[in-house]
Amino acid sequence: MTKFSDLTRMPDARGHFGPYGGRFVSETLSFALDELEKIYLDLRDDPAFQAEFDHDMAYYVGRPSPLYHAKRWSRELGGAQIWLKREDLNHTGAHKVNNTIGQALLAKKSGKPRVIAETGAGQHGVATATVAARLGLECEVYMGAADVERQKLNVYRMHLLGAKVIPVESGTRTLKDAMNEALRDWVTNVDNTFYIIGTVAGPHPYPMLVRDFNAVVGREARRQSLEQIGRLPDALIACVGGGSNALGLFYPFVEDDDVAMYGVEAGGDGVETGRHAAPLSSNAPRGVLHGNRTYLMSDEAGQVSDTHSISAGLDYPGVGPEHALWKDVGRVKYVTANDREVLEAFRELTHMEGIMPALESAHALAYAKVLAPTMRPDQHIVVNLSGRGDKDIMTVAKLDGVEF
Amino acid sequence: MNRIDQRFTDLKHQGRKALIPFITAGDPAPDHTVGFMHALVEAGADIIELGVPFSDPMADGPVIQKACERALKHGTCLSHLFTMVEEFRQSDTTTPVVLMGYLNPVERLGYQAFADQAASAGVDGVLTVDMPPEEADEFGPILKARGLASIFLVAPTTSNERAATICAHGEGYLYYVSLKGVTGSASLNADDVASHLAPLREMTGLPLCVGFGIRDGATAAEVAKVADGVIVGSALINQIAENVDTPEIIPGLLKAVLGEMRHSMDALNRN
Repeated sequence: MTKFSDLTRMPDARGHFGPYGGRFVSETLSFALDELEKIYLDLRDDPAFQAEFDHDMAYYVGRPSPLYHAKRWSRELGGAQIWLKREDLNHTGAHKVNNTIGQALLAKKSGKPRVIAETGAGQHGVATATVAARLGLECEVYMGAADVERQKLNVYRMHLLGAKVIPVESGTRTLKDAMNEALRDWVTNVDNTFYIIGTVAGPHPYPMLVRDFNAVVGREARRQSLEQIGRLPDALIACVGGGSNALGLFYPFVEDDDVAMYGVEAGGDGVETGRHAAPLSSNAPRGVLHGNRTYLMSDEAGQVSDTHSISAGLDYPGVGPEHALWKDVGRVKYVTANDREVLEAFRELTHMEGIMPALESAHALAYAKVLAPTMRPDQHIVVNLSGRGDKDIMTVAKLDGVEF
Repeated sequence: MNRIDQRFTDLKHQGRKALIPFITAGDPAPDHTVGFMHALVEAGADIIELGVPFSDPMADGPVIQKACERALKHGTCLSHLFTMVEEFRQSDTTTPVVLMGYLNPVERLGYQAFADQAASAGVDGVLTVDMPPEEADEFGPILKARGLASIFLVAPTTSNERAATICAHGEGYLYYVSLKGVTGSASLNADDVASHLAPLREMTGLPLCVGFGIRDGATAAEVAKVADGVIVGSALINQIAENVDTPEIIPGLLKAVLGEMRHSMDALNRN
């Protein structure tokens, strides 16, 4: 059996995960990334910093989040037992806050008075606006104009929290364009601005530190599995856009060879139609975007492709570099769920368990529906319920033909 | 000798500074690019930086972003650029041409294929905005083997330690980014530029060229006092953007903008 013990020792000193990752940025940002790396490496193993992070996790975010046994849904599917890691119950409603709390602590240490962020579904934007409000930092959030339209509720939440949301009209008007614009802001205001990246992508050290802050999810899930199931689960499932919630859950299990892992990408209209956001499962070519090398959906000329997904949070042509490596070494199996299957899973969990998942997280649930029936009732699957679905009610209502 | 090195050697003998225009290839349409290049040379360009259009130009302001969008509407890609340079070389064998752009189109084509095609088309140097020397271990030697200069950026935020690394890897010239920001940003501060160039002079014999924030003859001349070359992009591309429906008048406008800079820079010598 393959041993994966090397995987916890990534990235290397220059931020490479095998051939992926790195620091592909224009020169102006190099010093800011060096500075961030130094701040993080100094603090990472500092017990006082860890204690401050843990304290915020417990008393501000409300951790640990429960590991919930979805008994009724498991029975309905007629196979493995499904356990939901309830990141939806965190303050601000998703796993995103784990990372923003961590990066806000770094921002505080850096002494910079202003934070910026990019956001797709708005969950990272809300989480950033939240920590900025709490620390009294000026906050501006870049959001693709198309996403501003489909996530109005989160836009207003950010506004209420005192953040300024800047709609990005360039390119495809989605998450990748928001990230371009945030990078342009950062290069201009690098002296007084801390860039809180929301996923395990971007230039080194972001993929590493975003993973580390989110790994609290997997550490808890591992401990809770031992307590509640009496052993480690047989499989983990999480959705993958940039891939932060998946890395957060998977990373503490990566050396547990008997735990299978499934990353579920956005299949959109179906991978075969080309209208999707699944660079790993569609075998997209390698490429470089937003500071790192990874699998990247692009055309033959190297222009980045338009993507499609019902969920704004997964609508991204690239993926975190660590996932790219994990695909290559076979540690994680990357699959897709298309928009139709996702909506079905959204409705099913809502009806059967009284839990309304985010459309992003519903991708993971859609794959649980495929996987569970192939397993025995004495086997166990942990699904990362990475966020709650309140923000998606308008999207679902529109599909149902309901207007408010 | 590489055309870039030759050009700087000649300029040094003449006591003149390099004027380096940047335009995005394929803007407003691929048919115009070679004509624009010749017009720029007629107006006094010493080196031409030809932008490779990219869907996600992260280091560029709105002017060059829109130039990329116009070029991409016509599907302009690297193979078109090679054809353009080849065509340009039919009547201009001396003006160096530098391809400037982002890494992904190059990665997609493959480093080796890129270097082979660029060299045989008559390209002289390559500046990849999102590829610092630390990531160029593989690409750098491939370019070098084809006689293509690897040109790197130095920013106001670059530490002396990093600058030394960049100088050690750089060829052709160093591109000093005059300000923190994207292309087309507010005007630069010439004193600030001078204070940053001084330590670079100690580190390298490479010509130091300055870009970002150069709008007109006056700023070009200011910079030319302290630098070996002046790079101008957005000021030229504005002319293209404002006249996309009448592309026949663009060469004249490019010549007027660049000519004024040439005149102001050369006037320094006569004073």
